[in-house]
Amino acid sequence: MSGLPEPFAGWMAARGWRLRAHQAALLDHARAGRSALLVAPTGAGKTLAGFLPSLVELAADPAPGLHTLYVSPLKALAIDVHRNVERPIAEMDLPLRAESRTGDTPQAKRVRQRKSPPHILMTTPESLALLLSYPDAPATFARLRAVVIDEIHALAGTKRGDLLALDLARLADIAPRARRIGLSATVAEPPKLAGYLGAGMDATPEIVRGGAGAQARVSILVPEARIPWGGHMAVHALPEVYLALKAARSAIVFVNTRAQAEICFRELWKLNADNLPIALHHGSLSPEQRRKVEAAMAAGKLRAVVATSSLDLGIDWGDVDLVVQIGAPKGAARLIQRVGRANHRLDEPSRAILVPANRFEMLECRAAIAALEAGEIEPLRMPPGALDVLAQHLLARACSAPFDAEATYANVRRAAPYAGLTRGDFDRVLGFVADGGYALGAYERFKRLKRDDAGRWTVAGALVVRQYRLNVGTIVEEPMLNVAFRRGKRLGRIEENFVVQLAPGDSFAFAGQVLRYEGLRETTVEVSRAKDDQPKVPVFAGGRMPFTAELADRVRGLLADPAAWRGFPSDVKEWLGLQRRRSSLPERTGLLIETFPRHGRWFLVAYCFAGRNAHQTLGLLLTRRMERTGLRPLGFVASDYSIAVWSLKPAERPAELFAEDILGDELEEWLADSSMLKRAFRNVAVIAGLIERRHPGQEKSGRQVTFSSDLIYDVLRKHEPDHVLLRATRADAATGLVDLERLAAMLRGCRGAIRHRRLARVSPLAVPVLLEVGREAIYGAAIEDALADEAAAQALIDEATAEDPQSELF
Amino acid sequence: MHARITIEDTALFADPSGALYWPAVKTLVVADLHLEKGSAYAAKGVMLPPYDTRATLGELQRLIRRYTPARVVCLGDSFHDTGAADRIAPADREMLVRLMDGVDWVWVLGNHDPAIPSVLGGRAVTEVAEGRLVLRHAPAGAVLSPGEIVGHFHPKACVTTSAGRVVAPCFAHDGRRMVMPAFGAYAGGLDALDRAIAGLFGRTRFRVLMTGRDRLHLFPADRLAPIARLPKPPRE
Repeated sequence: MSGLPEPFAGWMAARGWRLRAHQAALLDHARAGRSALLVAPTGAGKTLAGFLPSLVELAADPAPGLHTLYVSPLKALAIDVHRNVERPIAEMDLPLRAESRTGDTPQAKRVRQRKSPPHILMTTPESLALLLSYPDAPATFARLRAVVIDEIHALAGTKRGDLLALDLARLADIAPRARRIGLSATVAEPPKLAGYLGAGMDATPEIVRGGAGAQARVSILVPEARIPWGGHMAVHALPEVYLALKAARSAIVFVNTRAQAEICFRELWKLNADNLPIALHHGSLSPEQRRKVEAAMAAGKLRAVVATSSLDLGIDWGDVDLVVQIGAPKGAARLIQRVGRANHRLDEPSRAILVPANRFEMLECRAAIAALEAGEIEPLRMPPGALDVLAQHLLARACSAPFDAEATYANVRRAAPYAGLTRGDFDRVLGFVADGGYALGAYERFKRLKRDDAGRWTVAGALVVRQYRLNVGTIVEEPMLNVAFRRGKRLGRIEENFVVQLAPGDSFAFAGQVLRYEGLRETTVEVSRAKDDQPKVPVFAGGRMPFTAELADRVRGLLADPAAWRGFPSDVKEWLGLQRRRSSLPERTGLLIETFPRHGRWFLVAYCFAGRNAHQTLGLLLTRRMERTGLRPLGFVASDYSIAVWSLKPAERPAELFAEDILGDELEEWLADSSMLKRAFRNVAVIAGLIERRHPGQEKSGRQVTFSSDLIYDVLRKHEPDHVLLRATRADAATGLVDLERLAAMLRGCRGAIRHRRLARVSPLAVPVLLEVGREAIYGAAIEDALADEAAAQALIDEATAEDPQSELF
Repeated sequence: MHARITIEDTALFADPSGALYWPAVKTLVVADLHLEKGSAYAAKGVMLPPYDTRATLGELQRLIRRYTPARVVCLGDSFHDTGAADRIAPADREMLVRLMDGVDWVWVLGNHDPAIPSVLGGRAVTEVAEGRLVLRHAPAGAVLSPGEIVGHFHPKACVTTSAGRVVAPCFAHDGRRMVMPAFGAYAGGLDALDRAIAGLFGRTRFRVLMTGRDRLHLFPADRLAPIARLPKPPRE
């Protein structure tokens, strides 16, 4: 291991730091021109490790030109890292320029950055894609020597990760000498991640492990109050949480959804007799508000911040000495990431408290701690690269310079997610970008891409370039509306779907206060401060997290083994014991189904443990099958652990409903019509550039005829079901909202192993799912029936009150 | 199944597809076909699937087979723009010609299609007045006159039911005058509660017939929930 040259050695010594082993290893690899993946827990000095080699090289040879590109998944992180890198530059007086470039960077500065790039540029995958779409991209990146990718584990396997991988492949063409450095939190299979990082390069990146850090101390909070049967808010345990916050120096209270964040924040303030500075942070709050909270936290002015996954990654707050997780963690990897947010000093253990919100979550918290102690983390999922992202990328290439299809295909396959891309799929995506790629071939005249004399693909006009620049990125938000006081400040943004349920006068919790909904003015939700303290409408549910299969297995193991219940609070033990007497406990494998009558309806509860998304899909399929067999299903509700369906007639042989062929034609037919697939299509259509993304401030006011992507979906599905965008939509559905993959595995697993318990009344284990919010009435006929019922009821009233009986229905 | 409506004592059938059939004069009325809207977007670089025209004509063919009308009235904005007739695919144009064969085909002119190329055939008119009804693309005045039946506004409505919120295109009427839903596959819609539509009925209470999959559902306007007015891409 070679040492650190001056002035670096002196600079570190002056601050009392010593070069850590992994930092030295990265320096060595860089000197040898090798790429490397650094896997280390938070607090190991990862960022410095990533930049040190570049700073050393640049100190020796500060020739102008972009030397190091840093890519972060978070804008805020890119800016924060920029600040951190400026420090050594200033303190050692290095003749270097480091700058950040994100969507917020002023236009003039962006132009300047392209003409005269800094030595070090901090950016995001989207800003990098944009940079590469300019004709001068080869010049900008010609002298590039290093690419540092921060939090790479959070990018690999996602569409943003696909976008980044494609751009890395393109950079490898422009600057073949540039090495890559990946910085990752603890992951299950570092070689898989190294494969993503180093795809298409001559040598696989070296894997460097940072210090393991002290084992975290994680405990479960057992409150004085009884643990609720259902619900996710954990309000019952907040008095104890408050005491823990009081005893801590500074804490992050993590929750799983924004709804939980709002409620937990308000309830904590009700208990806050000591007036502790407690703040709120989630993705719907206005950026100004979030920045304020982050700055206060960094300055040590806060005792606690209630946060969603918006604080999972990123900024280093050395002072946090406690992490509280409200609700079950949903996955071991996520728990590790969150626990690691406390105490960014490697030699001290992080301290975390898990607060289960209901009895099932008590099991899940136990399971998560066991996984943590066993060092078991979920493997990274790396599905094949998304075709909609490839479409966006090909358009970017054409914006930059004419390209040859053959060479581009070869280059694209150097991106890990696209290593297996067939030439046929590549050509179909290219065809889509060029003119929509429809079998009908109707748009010959309206091509977006043309071929030049050399047969290379190039953009047809400036309009196409403009469209690309407005559309870049893979994050498609649900339609959102601004929330603001009348003639007052903006509080944040909220899903349109939530707003449409509100009537003027309704109150709801948002941005830490109870607001009264006044009405909609153009695209702004106008609110006032509510007089009542209790919001009438439950908060929007945004941001649920997927429940991992590995954790689900552990929960099943706990349930099936009464010996493992020792140490559970007595009410949880009683609950499980009662279930064992009244019905059965779900076993480690197979499927337990209960049926029972209640209030004139028949309920079927199945303990599938496949996660809410898969259950939601299963609910649609089951109810359709039940409808066909005349059971008259009325609706269903899903949790991460189980699904409940209710119908007018009892399911006598429920095992037949769960036959695996439910995933065949019926699925295709049924799913194609589902709102989930339509939502997936909308995302794909926006990313691929079929429809344009909305931009804040661009919305026009006043009367407008709107037509949604649903109409396009319906027409395309009927006339060209194999179109590349529909294939991309189905691929998303398989792993995402519909989670077909997991559903199929579950159905395969329970074949021949279904136990049916006929009960006289609801079982103890069935209660939580029945208390779950978000019931789905079934699609299709049921909606027609519901409409007809409403209309019939209305007709009765009309008949009694009508003046002119001119309309009738038959 | 269609619903029976009476406008100015004239018996009409409202079809779940959004079409209107007038049995006494064997007339089928469809509003706002917006043919070739897809290619109009393609010309602007937005490559929507080019199947909207055949989807719309296919639906129209089904209706013509079902009701066997002597006359078909297209209530304006039949074509998305004046260039539409030039862009229409040969197969789609042939389909249109076949549909028109043996039928008294009437193009009521609309703001999107102020003229219809004569090669397409059919009669181009500004309105059809018959019996107590006048069929126009848009109302002659600020409010609808008795007997007026118009398109243009693409009404849709939203009802909250036990199965959640349902949004669907709708007929809006008060027994004396009516706004028809848009028939075109890419036509889209506007909330019937929007002043632009609700205002057409003056102070009269109006009702909507919401189009379901195979039937229609009647609601008074005050039973409707507003649809958040948020432009969604692509849009006009």
